[in-house]
Amino acid sequence: MISQDNTAVHAHRDDIGSRMGMWLFLFTELLLFGGLFFLYSVYRFLHQADFHVAAKELDIIIGTFNTAILLTSSLTMAMSITAMSRDNKKLSISLQVVTILLGISFLINKYFEWMTHINHGIYPGSNDYLSMDSGRRLFFALYYVMTGLHALHVIVGTVLIGIMTRFTVKNVITHDSYVKLEAAGLYWHLVDIIWIFLFPLFYLIT
Amino acid sequence: MNDDAAIAANGHVSFLDYQGKYKGIRAWILSTDHKRIGIMYLFALITFFAIGVTFGFLIRLELLTPGKTIVEPQVYNEFFTLHGVIMIFLFVIPGIPAVFGNFFLPIMIGAKDVAFPRLNLLSWYLYVTGGILIIVSIIMPGGPADTGWTFYIPYSVRTTTNVIATGTAAFLLGFSSILTGLNFITTIHRLRAPGMAWFKMPLFAWSLYATAWIQVLATPIIGITLLLIIVERVFGVGLFDPALGGDPILYQHLFWIYSHPAVYIMIVPAMGVISEIIPVFARRTIFGYKFIAFSSLGIALFGSLVWGHHMFAVGMSDAGQFVFSFLTFMVAIPSAIKVFNWTATLYKGSISLDPPMLYALAFIFLFSIGGFTGLIQGALSVDIHLTDTSFIVGHFHYVMFGGTGMGVFAALHYWLPKMFGRMYNMKRAKVAFWIIFVGFNTLYFPMFVMGWLGMPRRYYDYLPEYTVYHQIATVGSWILIIGMGIMFTNLIRGILKGNVVTEKNIWGGETLEWATDTPPIHENFEEIPLVTGTPYEYKQNDIEELPEEVIH
Repeated sequence: MISQDNTAVHAHRDDIGSRMGMWLFLFTELLLFGGLFFLYSVYRFLHQADFHVAAKELDIIIGTFNTAILLTSSLTMAMSITAMSRDNKKLSISLQVVTILLGISFLINKYFEWMTHINHGIYPGSNDYLSMDSGRRLFFALYYVMTGLHALHVIVGTVLIGIMTRFTVKNVITHDSYVKLEAAGLYWHLVDIIWIFLFPLFYLIT
Repeated sequence: MNDDAAIAANGHVSFLDYQGKYKGIRAWILSTDHKRIGIMYLFALITFFAIGVTFGFLIRLELLTPGKTIVEPQVYNEFFTLHGVIMIFLFVIPGIPAVFGNFFLPIMIGAKDVAFPRLNLLSWYLYVTGGILIIVSIIMPGGPADTGWTFYIPYSVRTTTNVIATGTAAFLLGFSSILTGLNFITTIHRLRAPGMAWFKMPLFAWSLYATAWIQVLATPIIGITLLLIIVERVFGVGLFDPALGGDPILYQHLFWIYSHPAVYIMIVPAMGVISEIIPVFARRTIFGYKFIAFSSLGIALFGSLVWGHHMFAVGMSDAGQFVFSFLTFMVAIPSAIKVFNWTATLYKGSISLDPPMLYALAFIFLFSIGGFTGLIQGALSVDIHLTDTSFIVGHFHYVMFGGTGMGVFAALHYWLPKMFGRMYNMKRAKVAFWIIFVGFNTLYFPMFVMGWLGMPRRYYDYLPEYTVYHQIATVGSWILIIGMGIMFTNLIRGILKGNVVTEKNIWGGETLEWATDTPPIHENFEEIPLVTGTPYEYKQNDIEELPEEVIH
């Protein structure tokens, strides 16, 4: 990090500025999810018993497994940045690839988890969905919308890291100019931390 | 060709003649120069404004007589929805930051460009895409949304019109707004010229800074809310739909958590423009610089806490109503601070009533009426009587059009000569101003009266006793449109054929844009300036008088 150019004197290179922009963008992402967390807290308050029961229908093992996957992927992402700062391009690339693979395996798990519910007839518009108690329905509505939006962010994140890997291969990202990789890393950590909140709210609080 | 080489090859030419990598139209639509992007925003904005005005005109025409005048009720609903959506998301919100903020913020703080030039161009593309999507929704099967710009649930889930297209457009426009906001915050933090301390920044930069924070912190909420409407319509998840156990009032909360702060996204930059124009044309140092700067931040803060006053009649606890009403009165304080400081600046000033100043004074006058009528509605008991009447329509048009609209017009007359190096006709500009001023008040003042008497807003039909007010208002809309027609014709003629201006400082302003060439060169300054003084020291004024033949 010390080797990076931190002054704004050179107009086309301002790493602190780039990081600041990324952090601001992450704030907006947090607020985007914030609206949903707001809905969750209100509906949970209004339908405590229903939420309590509905949460037991989620598979806590898959949830825990996915949490471990995302936490590990955050670690490999951070390590790839450190590797880059130490001029170890090969290691950085392989760590980025591992991060992408972990992201994809998270999505695969998520797919099977959603499919289980859908096979049980719990999805918006189904007869079961329309006839269940409104508390339980709101739980699953929030579950689908929040984990769905999160999964969308996982997809965007893996694509983003994929682009970074390409940049690294092509030497656009180098050991003294890797703020792009850092920004992608920050985004990936955001995806991780949102899941850290989603996991207890949907799986653990029963 | 890298930038340095390009500048060397171009020598001392304005950004309008600058030859970069691309030629022709691509030199504009692929340009990352903040000045070119600002001008592209200007033309897109004026186009959408013209469309919005057209729908406003049609609304007023329909209301000329009770019952049907020109269209069926359904079409009327689509008219006021399109008018609201276009004016709010495509004109008033992006208006001043995207056009004049883009063009002048970097120059005013002594920078070569914004912090993220390519992101800036992306914002423009998102803006234009959103705008086109709204226009396309008019001809898509099903017709344009008829929900009003607020998309209230449950109607927005039930209606068969193209709510998804309009909602997606508003989402894209919000994204564009966020990117502009984060770009400006980073620019102001990182790219101020040497010596440009925070309290040496022009007040316009301060107002953009406060606005940018609201854009970044509030817009995501409308983003998720609009996404949820789309999800609700496509999948029927039931988060807001009362038929499925959802709560439509929660929708209103989420909507106004953004949309009230958005009101300040609309007005604060206009206040910044007025803070620039008043001292220049009164030839006085601005009164209470720090108070004006901090009141922008105060508005940003308090403005985020008052959304509940849009929902007094919806159903809320007494305690909640009381708190929101109290905070609504509080938010008037920072606005009043600005108005008092502007008038204090005018006091004993040597005032010249050039067109920018006329619009600035109109801003103060009309915004004061709009602000005070806002307080009337902030009072709980009175609001029950006034909720959803045309009083509120009068109020927000006095604030948004009388405020922000006049701010845009003031900024156009103040800065266009700098941007294009050509002067409009001063005399015609003044004539247009008076027609606009008369038309504006004729159009919107009767709305207060009939609203007080009970005329509901958004109604297609009305009782005969309201006819006279509606007819005065409709005639007012014609006068206003004639005035704006003269104004825009004059400005466009000025840009194309007006007398060439090469003087750097035509109005005698002390901010940095008046120290650059007219029009500014590519990357703004040959050498990044070293800032020593504050931007409003009029005692050492060195105005370059325009030759008589340029003005007329």
